Amino acid sequence: MDLSSISPVTLIVSLMAASTPILLAALGELVVEKSGVLNLGVEGMMIIGAVCGFIAAVTTGSPWLGFLFGAICGAAVSMIFAVLTQYLMANQVATGLGLTMFGLGLASLLGHSYTGINPPAFSQIHIPVLSDLPVVGRIIFGHDPMIYFSLALTFGIWYFLTRTRGGLVLRAVGESHDAAHALGYKVIRIRMLAIAFGGACAGLGGAYLSLVRVPQWAEGMTAGAGWIALAIVVFASWKPGRAIIGAYLFGGVTVLQLNLQAAGLAISPAYLSMTPYLATIIVLVIMASDKKRQSLNAPASLGKTFFAST
Amino acid sequence: MTPLLHLSGLTKAYPGVVANDDVGFEIAPGEVHALLGENGAGKSTLVKMIYGLVRPDSGEMRLHGQPFAPHEPRAARAAGVAMVFQHFSLFEALSVAENIALGMDDAPETDALSDEIRSVSKKYGLTLDPDRMVGDLSAGERQRVEIVRCLLQNPKLLVMDEPTSVLTPQEVDVLFETLRRLRDEGTSILYISHKLEEIRTICDNATILRLGKVVGTCVPAEETSRTMAEMMVGTELKSPTKRPYQPGPVLLEVKNLQLPSKDPFGTSLRDVSFSLHAGEVLGVAGVAGNGQDELLLALSGEEPCEDAAITLKGAAIGSKGPNHRRLQGLLAAPEERLGHAAAPDMSLTENALLTGHARQRLTNKGFVKWQATQNFARAIIQKFDVRTPGAGHAAKSLSGGNLQKFVIGREIMQRPDILVVNQPTWGVDASAAAFIREALLELAEQGAGVLVISQDLDELMEISDTFAVLSEGRLSRVRSASGVTIEEIGLLMGGTEVDHAAA
Repeated sequence: MDLSSISPVTLIVSLMAASTPILLAALGELVVEKSGVLNLGVEGMMIIGAVCGFIAAVTTGSPWLGFLFGAICGAAVSMIFAVLTQYLMANQVATGLGLTMFGLGLASLLGHSYTGINPPAFSQIHIPVLSDLPVVGRIIFGHDPMIYFSLALTFGIWYFLTRTRGGLVLRAVGESHDAAHALGYKVIRIRMLAIAFGGACAGLGGAYLSLVRVPQWAEGMTAGAGWIALAIVVFASWKPGRAIIGAYLFGGVTVLQLNLQAAGLAISPAYLSMTPYLATIIVLVIMASDKKRQSLNAPASLGKTFFAST
Repeated sequence: MTPLLHLSGLTKAYPGVVANDDVGFEIAPGEVHALLGENGAGKSTLVKMIYGLVRPDSGEMRLHGQPFAPHEPRAARAAGVAMVFQHFSLFEALSVAENIALGMDDAPETDALSDEIRSVSKKYGLTLDPDRMVGDLSAGERQRVEIVRCLLQNPKLLVMDEPTSVLTPQEVDVLFETLRRLRDEGTSILYISHKLEEIRTICDNATILRLGKVVGTCVPAEETSRTMAEMMVGTELKSPTKRPYQPGPVLLEVKNLQLPSKDPFGTSLRDVSFSLHAGEVLGVAGVAGNGQDELLLALSGEEPCEDAAITLKGAAIGSKGPNHRRLQGLLAAPEERLGHAAAPDMSLTENALLTGHARQRLTNKGFVKWQATQNFARAIIQKFDVRTPGAGHAAKSLSGGNLQKFVIGREIMQRPDILVVNQPTWGVDASAAAFIREALLELAEQGAGVLVISQDLDELMEISDTFAVLSEGRLSRVRSASGVTIEEIGLLMGGTEVDHAAA
């Protein structure tokens, strides 16, 4: 085994790319859950975003249009969930699981003739001088625009949730929909918007996966990223800043185990591939041991169906 | 002078029930007007129409002589109508300032708002820290949040729905002081309550509702509580007669019970000790959130504790679960009817099975004896006068009072040696409440020990033989209920321990 083949700088750079799809999906789900809705369909929305973004990018030749279309399609499928749970009062857990199944199936149907094609390239930014600096240059100034966008989005969501009236109303709806309704807020409308936002973020994450991270279309390519995003929301105690830590932790373990595999570590690759998921489970168990602190941040109405009683 | 608010012919029907039928009255500027009625009389519906949450089917409202038909709460607030809700419409995980901002249509920046909150709370004597989290506040402080939220909008009409149900007597005095000051400034108040003494103290006029109709008006100061109650109920009320209390042998002994709460906003029990005798009704007073729920959980066996902390007829049972305790004669009826005492979507028969199976032998080797269970449920319904079409109906289809009679009846019918009840008559109409109290007293007369946890002091004074106060998870010394004054209890409820040697 040759550990010296693993360069820390490359590791950090690829870690960020590996984490971005999960981070985007987790941020979207965080907003959805803050509004009191539990959408377990993240995986389905992600893969729809992946396939739709891929098709759009290949057809138009523009990765930007691919991202846009991926986000739109993610939001569109999330509306199935939204209408079922918000207007028809369907159970959120069952509907979310159904959305995942539906998304996976629909994506393989849509993507059937797109396997094996290369999408248009989406390159890293290059700022003269700055990007050429040793170490710092590649870690800070050498990524593609979507990574910067995901970081800006994290900050934006934090600012929205904690500093704006809209964010306050959203949190209030997630905290007690009955009280929010009594004050005259439109609970269902706010939740519809949150779900659409969550769908768009998941779709964007999926598109990043098929356009940048892999970059190809393959059936079932999300491989549980949507579930990890859900876990990261809990790990982050519904705080955007911590979602970065969670996503990068998972991405870091993923990239590290790949590097270790390449370096020829004498452990079966099957075990190494497990490590990111194992790490997620272990971290969640540790987090859950402190219930009191966690439940302070958890939206109190999470997953509860809202009936407007007049 | 034109009245501030004039209502006439208001009618609102829901499928199967007419909630308001041709209701009309008026409120003058600077008047404190009481709206009286039992549960289900239509008070809430009427208030929701004034606040724009519900639209009337027919009828007319006029504010300052102008037609007034708010289609949403925002419109009502803009017209100068503000409301303090019965079940607080607050968000526990948000700060006081955030909660207040949510109730305003054009909330200023957080800092400016905090200053405004401080100045208003100072002006009306309502101490309030804008930065604290609402989940950490007492019920009285929470209500202040609601009131300050209303006052910041300079309302012309303040609607208060059961404002004192969760307050200590001292907090009630502070509230009334604030209301009087508001009235003197020309704000009208619509005051909804079933506490008749309070209405006599504070209200200028009263309108009485029964089954959706106005059945009378009166000047509360000229009436007695009894005459008003009878107008409300429509029949004469009987009050339970207390029998002389002879303490029997100790049935339940609780010693240094410690129980950390699992709810982040809950209260841990600290060093609770008392003993309950045969034939005793022990009343436990205290403001909501001082450990009442936790005490019930510890006694019912839902939250196990150290074995030695609870002794039932000589046996240590602290770590035993509810069924073991039931078999030994310790039964409990928690406060929350729907979801805790009864499963809302299950039939009354099934609900009867849930707590009755062990003691009533309703199962045989794991199989349910449905016939016996149904007979048991029917017996409860008959003996406790539960108004329902049949035992097969879902628990949630019953009115609060009827379900409460069923829940209490289910336990009493099992002939407990000890019965623990939390808020047995909360949100229950006057006649059902009287019935339940009578049943509890009868149970004690037959030699059972009864522990009644309640926030209704009048209720406790009426039925208790002995008396203790729960404050911040600690239980005061148990004393005889005769000779205790409301002021003394109020001080205890606020956490002040009055002279130990005295009682």
